[in-house]
Amino acid sequence: MQSPAVTVNGRSIPLDGTTPHTTALDWLRTQGLVGCKEGCAEGECGACSVLVARPGRTTPTRWTALNACLVPVAALAGQELVTAEGLGTPDALHPVQREMAERGGSQCGYCTPGFVCSMAAEYYRADRAPAAASDGHGGGGPDHLHGPNGFDLHALSGNLCRCTGYRPIRDAAFALGAPEDDDLLAARRSQPPPEVPATRVAADGAEFVRPSGLAEALTLLAERPEALLVAGCTDWGVDVNLRGQRAPLVVAIDQLPELRGFAVTDSAVEIGAALSLSEVEERLAGRLPLLDQVFPQFASRLIRNGATIGGNLGTGSPIGDTTPALLALEATVVLASLDGQREVELADYFTGYRRSVRRADEVIRAVRVPLPPAGLAAFHKVAKRRFDDISSVAIAFALDVRGGVVRRARIGLGGVAATPVRARATEEALTDRPWDADTVREAAAVLAGEGTPLDDHRSSAAYRSAMLGQALHRLFAENPTPSEVGA
Amino acid sequence: MSALSERPAEPVVGRAVPHESAALHVTGQALYTDDLVGRTKDVLHAWPVQVMHAHARVTALRTEPAHAVPGVVRVLTAADVPGVNDAGVKHDEPLFPDEVMFYGHAVCWVLGETIEAARLGAEAVQVEVEPLPALVTVREAIAAGSFQGGQPRLERGDVEAGLAGAAHVFSGELEFAGQEHFYLETHCSLAHVDENGQVFVQSSTQHPSETQEIVAHVLGLTNSQVTVQCLRMGGGFGGKEMQPHGFAAIAALGATLTGRPVRLRLNRSQDMTMSGKRHGFAARWRVGFDESGRLQALDATLTSDGGWSLDLSEPVLARALCHVDNAYWIPNVRVNGRIAKTNKTSQTAFRGFGGPQGMLVIEDVLGRCAPLLGLDAAELRRRNFYTAGRTTPYGQPVRHPERLATIWQELLETSDVAGRQREIEEFNATHPHRKRGLAVTPVKFGISFNLTAFNQGGALVHVYKDGSVLINHGGTEMGQGLHTKMLQVAATTLGVPLSRVRLAPTRTDKVPNTSATAASSGADLNGAAIKNACEQIRERLAQVAAERLGISPADVRFAHGSVHGIAFASDRLTWEEVVTAAYFQRVQLWAAGFYRTEGLHWDSSRMQGEPFKYFAYGAAAAEVEVDGFTGAYRTRRVDIVHDVGDSLSPLVDLGQIEGGFVQGAGWLTLEDLRWEEREGPHHGRLATQAASTYKLPSFSEMPEEFNVRLLRNATEEGVVYGSKAVGEPPLMLAFSVREALRQAAAAFGPPGLSVDLASPATPEAVYWAVEQARRSTEHGHVDEGAPGVLPDQPGPDAPPMVPFSERAQQLMTRT
Repeated sequence: MQSPAVTVNGRSIPLDGTTPHTTALDWLRTQGLVGCKEGCAEGECGACSVLVARPGRTTPTRWTALNACLVPVAALAGQELVTAEGLGTPDALHPVQREMAERGGSQCGYCTPGFVCSMAAEYYRADRAPAAASDGHGGGGPDHLHGPNGFDLHALSGNLCRCTGYRPIRDAAFALGAPEDDDLLAARRSQPPPEVPATRVAADGAEFVRPSGLAEALTLLAERPEALLVAGCTDWGVDVNLRGQRAPLVVAIDQLPELRGFAVTDSAVEIGAALSLSEVEERLAGRLPLLDQVFPQFASRLIRNGATIGGNLGTGSPIGDTTPALLALEATVVLASLDGQREVELADYFTGYRRSVRRADEVIRAVRVPLPPAGLAAFHKVAKRRFDDISSVAIAFALDVRGGVVRRARIGLGGVAATPVRARATEEALTDRPWDADTVREAAAVLAGEGTPLDDHRSSAAYRSAMLGQALHRLFAENPTPSEVGA
Repeated sequence: MSALSERPAEPVVGRAVPHESAALHVTGQALYTDDLVGRTKDVLHAWPVQVMHAHARVTALRTEPAHAVPGVVRVLTAADVPGVNDAGVKHDEPLFPDEVMFYGHAVCWVLGETIEAARLGAEAVQVEVEPLPALVTVREAIAAGSFQGGQPRLERGDVEAGLAGAAHVFSGELEFAGQEHFYLETHCSLAHVDENGQVFVQSSTQHPSETQEIVAHVLGLTNSQVTVQCLRMGGGFGGKEMQPHGFAAIAALGATLTGRPVRLRLNRSQDMTMSGKRHGFAARWRVGFDESGRLQALDATLTSDGGWSLDLSEPVLARALCHVDNAYWIPNVRVNGRIAKTNKTSQTAFRGFGGPQGMLVIEDVLGRCAPLLGLDAAELRRRNFYTAGRTTPYGQPVRHPERLATIWQELLETSDVAGRQREIEEFNATHPHRKRGLAVTPVKFGISFNLTAFNQGGALVHVYKDGSVLINHGGTEMGQGLHTKMLQVAATTLGVPLSRVRLAPTRTDKVPNTSATAASSGADLNGAAIKNACEQIRERLAQVAAERLGISPADVRFAHGSVHGIAFASDRLTWEEVVTAAYFQRVQLWAAGFYRTEGLHWDSSRMQGEPFKYFAYGAAAAEVEVDGFTGAYRTRRVDIVHDVGDSLSPLVDLGQIEGGFVQGAGWLTLEDLRWEEREGPHHGRLATQAASTYKLPSFSEMPEEFNVRLLRNATEEGVVYGSKAVGEPPLMLAFSVREALRQAAAAFGPPGLSVDLASPATPEAVYWAVEQARRSTEHGHVDEGAPGVLPDQPGPDAPPMVPFSERAQQLMTRT
């Protein structure tokens, strides 16, 4: 194993003196790159956004924006980073920086380097094209979320600004042209990102290990039951930063090739657990319309670039927005250990609050979703804020309606119990019933009684229950007749 | 026109220039206090020992276990304080308390070689406490009679007679939440000790002079032994007006005791659980209208939730009372104010400083009463505007009330409010599950510190031999563009290009005894002081130039870096030539500038006077769409016309208006401070103490269409270059969003329904409002006629307001 280093703004910097819990943010700042800011230390504000060279679909490398506050720097060993300092200087501003500066996109300036990095990632998105062609997000021409230059404002959904009110930042984003021919970062996209090396960093009685392959990872897990698995670290990073949690052994599995597969057959799609949600979105390319409704509402682009689909199941959050959708899609979870593989129904996977049937020596290798999906799919997320919020309630519907009759109903719920659950009573109340107002009224009353919602700071139990019932009314209002139900 | 407001030809002020640090911001090169740590050797890191009880007496504090943690250097406790153990100016904020007053109160601080060592050291400190009963909500405090500070009353006319004679009398209640500042940069201080015990503190503070004073009194030093510098802040919004002092004092104390630099930077959850916020309020009101909807009388009692100590609660309350009228003439007024003492963070200044809270009361009253009066809410508002010759309830003539009417008319026309109202009616008639609302609300906001003494500013301007200019002033930069404006003022006054002028960070050893950069007054006070300093230098240079040009000094003009006579054919000297000549003639090339706002007076015990130099006006029209299934909403369009006088810097002012508006909309619709109100181990805990649970507006809350116009021909007499303050007033334009939500919710019910709307109007709150409308059986909770809700009246023993200056006067007479 070579001694780990990270390439930042074209310069290789050894990771000497770092610990397994040193975040990329803190490390960059100790290197003097103080443009990378801590605003929240939990991946919500984006002040720490940096660009990382990651595999792309349309070009070998995609400049991918990540929250540096969440990722241990050890997890970036061997990779290439660009910070705001690396994009340009006051005398030679990057086009993104120039637009932001000239249009009043910065006031206090503290969130600005992060905005610049997130904006640069979208600037360099290879398939960004003027909206008239295609924007890949709901189609249509330019609107308040999609610039005439193809800029998708969702790219900035993980960046918070407390000063400007965002209008000048939007104007800056929508004014960007295409990268110039001599733009080195644009050119860099045509070469693959560096191979991510196996890594070991140890200090303060703790270890960070990135195994070279699945076999090594499984052996490590079998030998060291205390091992903590991480992928995008979007949950773990918060525990480290705000809850002072430390682990004796952190094992990174996000780059294991065995966990990064993607395969489609006639009867199922198999999604590698270590694919980021952004990658899953890109590769599914619309095959699962229900998940297409989830992605733009799932946290932020910054989080989706790091967070993996396996990680979202692995943390066992009672809310985790992919889970209700995957429940409605009747997904299964493929678990791997030295003993081999087993496949578990997702509906049987969770056993309690943040607990599951996964043994300490197992990893989630993949998620399988049967094809074709149900014809009527909808994901309703109820939250205080439309971008980047945690659901008070999430409801995923997958209904087959044929001949005006509900033939099959699968409904996944988040935020109403200790784990994501299926709304089985409601499913039953709908099945083999005509898709009409009477059925919906009766079934909505059943749905409103599903789960055991709580009062908390996100919402009251009464509101959560009301939202369950309303969700079915809304689904019917938006899809009143089977002929309008798209396949 | 006064000399202060008069602009020369082709001034640098008035040009739309980017923020002076924009190029540094976007490249990550702008430095904030914590960015200095890596440039400083041997820094120690401070970490608080927070006690997780809402209210408790500390019975034992054992720090020895912390010393056993590797890397822990020292634990700071009350015994270490050489001066006064207090972080405020009211002597009610012990820096190291022996009574825990809120959940998360820090009782001591650990210094470590690394942040990790300090954190682990803090975990090792053992604190034993005896829990005490706690009051967490303002309702509990009112019931228990738990108040602090003065209880001001603002009164004019005869409220009882006004109500008795009114055609309609309504009464009601309103309780609304505070707001977390959520400046992106959390509190931070970095202190070190120079030679001879001189303390230097870099602090993210809006009030360096007061930070200096508190550091000095904690350390038992004179002010002259302490210097505070603020490079810039990553946002302040009032949250760094008073709150940084204690943190700076901890860092300074640690530095003096260890001889090493000490950095204290709060992480987000520490910042949110330890520092003060905007005050939430509870209000009860009775209001009388005549037949045509004209306000006849208002009787209200406003109780602010002050938290555990006074901090700035008294002046915040005073400003709330002074803004309960907003833009409306109310002949008979009685408003009582009081400050609840609760076991929460000590609530403090936040953009608007009580003004928004006072105005929210009257806007809520009008929004709820309009349907009961059978009037369109916008028409009800317009009908009650101040007109010429009227005075505020505290006796100040309302100057320029015609601007309100002008702004209102321009707004209605340019945003086609009438046409869009018709479209909205059609939309609502054809969409059972989605409803739109469009509301228009005005703002009138008084500019100046209520307290007269604070209305002074200072500056120091240097012209160097090469003609370059360095300015320094008492204001701090928190993103509001103050420094940009100050550079423009200096360049205008000296007649040099903007690039010739540089600005140095705010320091107490450059300009002393400064006021907080607050009350929107930064540009008014410091701009006038800079102008004054520059004029002194310019007058001296005019003498030098006059001799060379053979003309009278009065005829010398300075523009674009050139110095010449008024004649078209005048010879021209370069600025540099004149400066060099002046130096060799031994003419002083620097000057200290000073400004005091004239004509202000304020009697805080009677709540009467003319505390404000002028009023800032504006109005906004907001259109929203509400989803009836969930209560979720979008802000479809916002139009604003706002009065900034003659703008010093239009890009900066536009940013203040837009940013203030969105921040106000956040307070009123989204940002949801929740404390654990249930008894139990977490009683009093701030449940929304992170960005994941306390949601700020993001792109999704930005109005989809956002049009802002500056009022034209708006020169403000007697203010620097005819401008007006802009920092706070636009925040209150966001009432338009709240009222539009109320109207959209009401559209789910039959016409003419009065709908209650909680604040913040989160989707859940809007959903319940929609549900109330859909049930369509009753109005919201507004009582009509007597007796209705009776606002509490203060007892005979209610303490009067005793503001800073009067305390200072007592001190002066005593010594």
